[in-house]
Amino acid sequence: MNAEFFVFVIFGVAALVGAVALVMARNTVYSAMGLLLTMLSIAVFYVLLDAHFLAVVQVIIYAGAVMTLFLFVIMLIGVDRSDDWEEQIPFQRPIVAILGGGLILLLLLAGQGAWTLRDSGVGQVGTIEEISEALFGTWMIPFQATVLLLTVAAVGSVALARYEGVLRGEQPVIEPVVDDGGEQ
Amino acid sequence: MTVTAGWYMALAAALFVIGGGGLLLRRNALVMFMCIELMLNAVNLTFVAAGKAVGNLDGQLATLFVVVVAAAEVTVGLAIIITVFRKRATASVDELSGLKG
Repeated sequence: MNAEFFVFVIFGVAALVGAVALVMARNTVYSAMGLLLTMLSIAVFYVLLDAHFLAVVQVIIYAGAVMTLFLFVIMLIGVDRSDDWEEQIPFQRPIVAILGGGLILLLLLAGQGAWTLRDSGVGQVGTIEEISEALFGTWMIPFQATVLLLTVAAVGSVALARYEGVLRGEQPVIEPVVDDGGEQ
Repeated sequence: MTVTAGWYMALAAALFVIGGGGLLLRRNALVMFMCIELMLNAVNLTFVAAGKAVGNLDGQLATLFVVVVAAAEVTVGLAIIITVFRKRATASVDELSGLKG
């Protein structure tokens, strides 16, 4: 019983609670908050696992940038609560329960060897110096490829989300769904 | 009680299964997308835990690349969701059956 054990238990429970909240919450904003809790808990695990740079990256990119983007889109398209929680396929929930239970049993069985895996004790600590030496040495070409990927993704998302009528000074027209109760 | 890599992997397996179950249960495109992010995060955790057990930085570097690719994927995916919403005023994947023959 040491401090690492208690930190692991506390944030492990927090991560699981956040994940369940993500799946179960009716309101999409609550789902996003659950995912945020899980991501912050995973950042704590990264600190426990000596991955200090990755912990910072996790907080800045995932908990910061990605979740902000998600919340912006949720605000933009509104919270859609319509018929999301009804079963469309017969026996959908039992099937999901069986599939999920089977998958976690398989994963735990397959990972049985990992349960006794000991830390080798000579591990490198993931400080920014160590990471950058590997990133700009061995992994230089893949790193440059990610730069290209990010540029392409940014340009592509702007091209996708841009409304073309804006150039002609028009307002976007959203066609309403037929049986929407006449809200829009 | 020391926390070995296997504990992290078991937790990551649980998170992965919850994310996969959510992907099958929910029909809101945004929530499904967030479930995919949860599954990616669970796999990242196994990478880092395994890297710590082996004793080198390869797991952390793999995770770094996964984070970058996931960030790119999120921008494009959300742009697609916005575009679809602008046309159809819905985020439910069941309503988007326009390609069905």
